[in-house]
Amino acid sequence: MTEPTLLPGATPRLDPRDMRHLADAQVNVELDTGDMILNLGPQHPATHGTLRLVVRLDGERVIAADPVIGYMHRGYEKLTEVRSYPQITTLINRIDWLSSFANEVPFIHAAEQLMGIEAPPRAQYIRTILTELSRIATFVLFLGEMGLQVGALTPAFYGFRDREHVLNLIESATGGRFHPNFNRIGGLKDDLPWGWVNETRSTMKLVLDGCDVFDRLVAGNEIFEARTRGVGIIPGALGASYGVSGSNLRASGVDWDLRRDGKPYLVYPELDFKVWTHPDGDSFARYWVRLQETRESVRMVVQMLDQMPEGPIMAKVPRIIKVPAGEAWVETENPLGQMGYYVVSKGAIGPFRVKIRSASFSNVSILPWLLRGVYVPDVITILGSLYFILGDIDR
Amino acid sequence: MITLAADIGWGTVLAIKTVIVLGMIPVGAIVLGYVFLLKMMAHMQSRLGPMDPGGFHGWFQLVGDGIKFLQKEDIMPEQADRRVFAMAPAVVVISTFLVFIVIPAGPDLIVRDLDVGVFYALAVSSLSVIGVLMAGWASANKFALLGALRAAAQLIAYELPLLLAVVGVVVQAGTMSLQGIVEVQRDSAIFGFDGLGNPFILTQFIGFALFLVAAQAELTQTPFDMPVAESELVSGYMVEYTGFRFLFFFIGEFGTAFAFAGLAATLFLGGWGIPGVDSAALGNVLGPVALFTKLMAVAFLMFWVRFTYPRLREDQLQAVAWKYLIPIGLANILLTGFFKVAF
Repeated sequence: MTEPTLLPGATPRLDPRDMRHLADAQVNVELDTGDMILNLGPQHPATHGTLRLVVRLDGERVIAADPVIGYMHRGYEKLTEVRSYPQITTLINRIDWLSSFANEVPFIHAAEQLMGIEAPPRAQYIRTILTELSRIATFVLFLGEMGLQVGALTPAFYGFRDREHVLNLIESATGGRFHPNFNRIGGLKDDLPWGWVNETRSTMKLVLDGCDVFDRLVAGNEIFEARTRGVGIIPGALGASYGVSGSNLRASGVDWDLRRDGKPYLVYPELDFKVWTHPDGDSFARYWVRLQETRESVRMVVQMLDQMPEGPIMAKVPRIIKVPAGEAWVETENPLGQMGYYVVSKGAIGPFRVKIRSASFSNVSILPWLLRGVYVPDVITILGSLYFILGDIDR
Repeated sequence: MITLAADIGWGTVLAIKTVIVLGMIPVGAIVLGYVFLLKMMAHMQSRLGPMDPGGFHGWFQLVGDGIKFLQKEDIMPEQADRRVFAMAPAVVVISTFLVFIVIPAGPDLIVRDLDVGVFYALAVSSLSVIGVLMAGWASANKFALLGALRAAAQLIAYELPLLLAVVGVVVQAGTMSLQGIVEVQRDSAIFGFDGLGNPFILTQFIGFALFLVAAQAELTQTPFDMPVAESELVSGYMVEYTGFRFLFFFIGEFGTAFAFAGLAATLFLGGWGIPGVDSAALGNVLGPVALFTKLMAVAFLMFWVRFTYPRLREDQLQAVAWKYLIPIGLANILLTGFFKVAF
């Protein structure tokens, strides 16, 4: 078997972890044990798809870890060049498949920006509500699944159950449970169905109850705390320099949320919400921040249901959509982090080039640094707490 | 039963006993697997579990699963140590089988009432670690090897608290024979009130808690399931096993849980003994029912924890054993000795 290459020429850094390992090496001169190379993935339950992680182990301690990506590359950036604008939302639904609706928003915004049209207020509200609902669906799944990653079976089922409530809402509004494809340039496909608002209110109560359960069952569990506290600490500045974004960065104490700090989009400027941060930067902090953000999203949805105006849901758009030549960059705060689309148009019915900045790709780029010196069980904890989707990494 | 034995001869009795004890393992595994793994876990997780096979709440599901495993292809890794690979599941099941020999289900319903029954039961129960190591090594798989080494470290560490937890019972009962321990619990009284006998859980509650924790670790169940850790090592030492051989591990796992629950019920809850029922004939009829009821109560506790808690990391797991359980176990023995002398 040929040995996979590890960490191509990483720049030498002065890092306490390196020093610790050097010290160990000094002590263990006589008990020299060979390293073992372990392949986690591409088929592995903890990798949310097909991430392959080549880990060099000394006993149970990780010496070096090298993520190998690309097993799920579907070439979406290239595919967008041979599709028309309305067709592209079908593709980008499948990038981060857990929060598909939130993916559509930045692309549609970029197209609308180039065409110089704006969706009517009601459409903006519905878009924001659905974006937050997909955030809730994504995070609730995480809150349960994180339990599974550290060994508790039951919370995962609660996570799936609560997410199903939210997915039912998304399905009844958009017709698609997973891939809504609901946004149109200039608005939305349909208005909300009758009774949807009340249904959403009662579901939000269920989600809040679910959050309380996770708070007690998972976050309040001593073993869970022992397994996650102090594991996988990302210093705020270092995380930012790797391009880590979203809840992962906020859990490292960086107070940065595109919904509040970015270029205003959707109806976020009209909403009253708090951006949660945690100073620790470890796996527990990431769990805690997502738990609070789920609750915050519920509050935002309820606010929007109260404030939602009546009115049309489509702006006036031409029958055949041709986007004027130009370039646009739109970034939004997606559940997994910062997601952006750089759209270059040459005036045709489809884009000339689309560059997708997806959150998970940057989030896992810190893995080689983060995984050095931890134990094998912690690898899984860290992978789980970073919360990436392979479709979002490989595109 | 004894007169019967005289009539039909020694060899036949031995054969019958062997068949019954051999039958206990799959039956125990199916009962625990159905009641707890399929049904209790399903309801804890707000789902139903299997409902169709067999008509009543899917009771036939596990038998069906067993038949499915029999039909599966027997896959062995190319680089496996073939003979060791094939023997490993049997070693695990044999260790369970040997435990059942000394667990009494009635005055006469015991295969062999050893004078050192407790000692023997705990000794043979840890034989399974050899099977686990064999499986992990012979699989020629890194995940399996990691799992097996974790299992070995863990089972050795938790053997000690398990023993220390039982020493209190032995001191209080004054015998190591399991039959004797049951009779002592049935015949003694709590401050002169003999309606309940004196199950040792009342005086040895620390020992009982220690025993449950250590047994959980011996069974490699959550929160001590680092050796099988399906979210990281996929299934640890069992990862390469399929079909019938995997079925052996499965039966071994739940059969051992059955045996440990039976041991805990015998040592701490009075076993088959029902206070006030002194006749041997009645004891032989009602004893198994009483033992089974108590066993299921203990197993419920074990599986309740199993389905609720996350798992400890390997180093934390060792710390729990050496820093907390063993000192507590020693203190418990000291306390028991003190009370034994004082009263």
